[in-house]
Amino acid sequence: MLSRTADNLYWLTRYVERADCLARILDVSQRLAYTPVTYGGSTNEWGSAVLTAGCAEQFIERYGPLETATEEHVVSFLAFEPENPTSIRNCFEVARTNARSVRTALTSEMWDVINSAWIELRNFPNRALTRDELARFLAFVKETSLRFDGATFRTMLRNDGYWFARSGAQLERADNTARILDVKYHVLLPEKEHIGGPLDYFQWASILRSVSALTAFHWVYRDSVKPWLVADLLILNRQMPRSLAACYDSLARNLDDIASAYGRQGPSQRLARSMLARLSNRSIEDIFQAGLHEFISEFISDNNKLGAEITEQYLT
Amino acid sequence: MPHAFDEMSSTDGAIRPAYETLKQWLASVPQDVLDHRRKEAEFIFRRIGITFAVYGEQNAQERLIPFDIVPRILTKEEWARLSKGLEQRVKALNLYIRDVYSKRDILKAGVVPEELVYQNPAFRPEMNGQRVPHDLYVHIAGIDIVRTGPDNFYVLEDNARTPSGVSYMLENREIMLRLFPELFSMHKVAPVENYADDLLATLRSLSPHGGHEPNVAILTPGIYNSAYYEHSFLADKLGVDLVEGRDLFVKDETVYMRTTEGPKRVDVIYRRLDDDFLDPLAFRRDSVLGVPGLMSAYQAGNVTLTNAVGTGVADDKAVYSYMPDIIRFYLSEEPLLPNVPTWRCREPDHLKYVLDHLPELVVKEVHGSGGYGMLVGPAADRAQIEKFRDKLKADPANFIAQPTLALSTCPTLVEKGIAPRHVDLRPFILSGSDKVRIVPGGLTRVAMKEGSLVVNSSQGGGTKDTWVLDA
Repeated sequence: MLSRTADNLYWLTRYVERADCLARILDVSQRLAYTPVTYGGSTNEWGSAVLTAGCAEQFIERYGPLETATEEHVVSFLAFEPENPTSIRNCFEVARTNARSVRTALTSEMWDVINSAWIELRNFPNRALTRDELARFLAFVKETSLRFDGATFRTMLRNDGYWFARSGAQLERADNTARILDVKYHVLLPEKEHIGGPLDYFQWASILRSVSALTAFHWVYRDSVKPWLVADLLILNRQMPRSLAACYDSLARNLDDIASAYGRQGPSQRLARSMLARLSNRSIEDIFQAGLHEFISEFISDNNKLGAEITEQYLT
Repeated sequence: MPHAFDEMSSTDGAIRPAYETLKQWLASVPQDVLDHRRKEAEFIFRRIGITFAVYGEQNAQERLIPFDIVPRILTKEEWARLSKGLEQRVKALNLYIRDVYSKRDILKAGVVPEELVYQNPAFRPEMNGQRVPHDLYVHIAGIDIVRTGPDNFYVLEDNARTPSGVSYMLENREIMLRLFPELFSMHKVAPVENYADDLLATLRSLSPHGGHEPNVAILTPGIYNSAYYEHSFLADKLGVDLVEGRDLFVKDETVYMRTTEGPKRVDVIYRRLDDDFLDPLAFRRDSVLGVPGLMSAYQAGNVTLTNAVGTGVADDKAVYSYMPDIIRFYLSEEPLLPNVPTWRCREPDHLKYVLDHLPELVVKEVHGSGGYGMLVGPAADRAQIEKFRDKLKADPANFIAQPTLALSTCPTLVEKGIAPRHVDLRPFILSGSDKVRIVPGGLTRVAMKEGSLVVNSSQGGGTKDTWVLDA
């Protein structure tokens, strides 16, 4: 297929995935911000939302330091502002622009989801939303990504187009999970446990919520929420669709499918496999021992590198 | 202006036979049901994203063309006549262009004045002596037809560059089938859905070399082009790649596209990009939409461009006025479809007549399109006419004038119910190396405003499904 088409598909799914992630970050931040401090609520939850979204620099430039970030500013910045290139609104705009340029590579169902969302987006007022409106908006964003994933899964031909689309989504998803861990890793560290005590439960729970995994946690571990188990679920557990291991499981498979269809392996397949190996045959204790923060930082940087390899190998 | 001929109820109110069933049906369906279906159609169009862009309008990057749910009906006999005339016309266009870029017999014979060729901005000296595959230049033509009476059809305009609108012809039919299946059960309507197959067969037949399966691509300027929807629509229906300039490159005078599996050779390019932008090395150097070196590959005969480069030399409104002579010159036949009488303002006596009769004429720019820069005398006020008079005097050769035709009307659903609105017709004629293909019908454009004669979508015109009855 045309490299540009593959590139558009790959970024289209990345942007939809990112919008979904932003919506969940906002959801969780709101919840945490309303939790009394004595129950683990924190006063600068909004600043850490900006950090997790990975656009601190642009935010600070516009609104000043993260410590003083307000709900109004953060919601507006992450959800709506055209000046923020990865606000939810912009994600949808870019997704639709990409979708338009590769309409022939999309099924009509996929196009319909993106185009309808783009039309619907205009029904949300261009001002600070009330809490109700915001809740409705976030639900709409999450529903859109669900519908889009569903349409992709159910209607797309299983060929290179599909594999590029899935690779984009998985790479973005891995990045999002890793960034949530990166910003919150300190509440997962063992020494934090006796300092913070049971109050940290709300922080841990909120991490799980931000990847929609609180219920899953209980099913998998049948235990109360413990920080190392939270880390295990998000990093190593392949049952959990947003864990780094699950993302790479799928990424490595999709990239292998491409390679076998084209009859040629390349650097992106090798890197994906080596990252998958790093996430396999390994316990969470090992990772804590070697340093959780270092592990995550390295992962984020290698994940970006894989993105660059895919682009180099196929998309230009 | 005389009373217009209505295609349903003639001039005297007597329902013409082809419309009888439709008329009864319209009378039996309540207005609110029709309104509801119209809204449904609009909703579907918007949802599918069948939009177009209007240049120079802010915040209107994408607009819907109004769709009218009342079909326009042509009989089998009317269509037979039209299609013969269209085929003749396109044959002559092809022979004319070939001649203009080779022996120029027609200029030597004094049938067409030289300056219409040499001073024509669409004339491409690069094409002099250039052979093109199968000697065909205009592979996809859109010929605009108007009607003034039961037997009076005229060619209004030839579009020999990159005529658009065929996606509306196809989508209009699809939507009508969806919304009004009962109407189709009452009429035998000739299908149009084979257009995509016909187009693909035509494009493949034009491959510069036999042997392997030709790789066909559609070249678009990109998503900001007003007809982008159509480009992607066609690529989808044909199952060929929709490429932008940056997807292609030229090496050793051969065109390749960049794919995820490496370079892939391209044999036929249906380009929806004007000559000017095709190749920054040959034409406009600032073009970022084109492909550097494309002309060299074309001239080496390694790729077919459809339509050929330089076809614009045949479709401006000054050349139009010579088309009947052009047909006689090459085919030794009388034109089957007449031209609208045309005054060429470049000729002093014509200019004088035009200046004396501005309020009753339609004056158009020779190279204009899309309904821009024209004067509709009867609809203009004094100030507009005087302003246009100055423009005309300053550059007479840039204009032609035609009588204000009483274009036929068709019943159309408007706010107050069904009312007559003026229409034209753009059939699409495909010329392949094997044969000419025309699907029955074409795109009917309708001026949605009462009394308006301007059907262009950029001026608020709408479209209708066009039916050719098979019995």
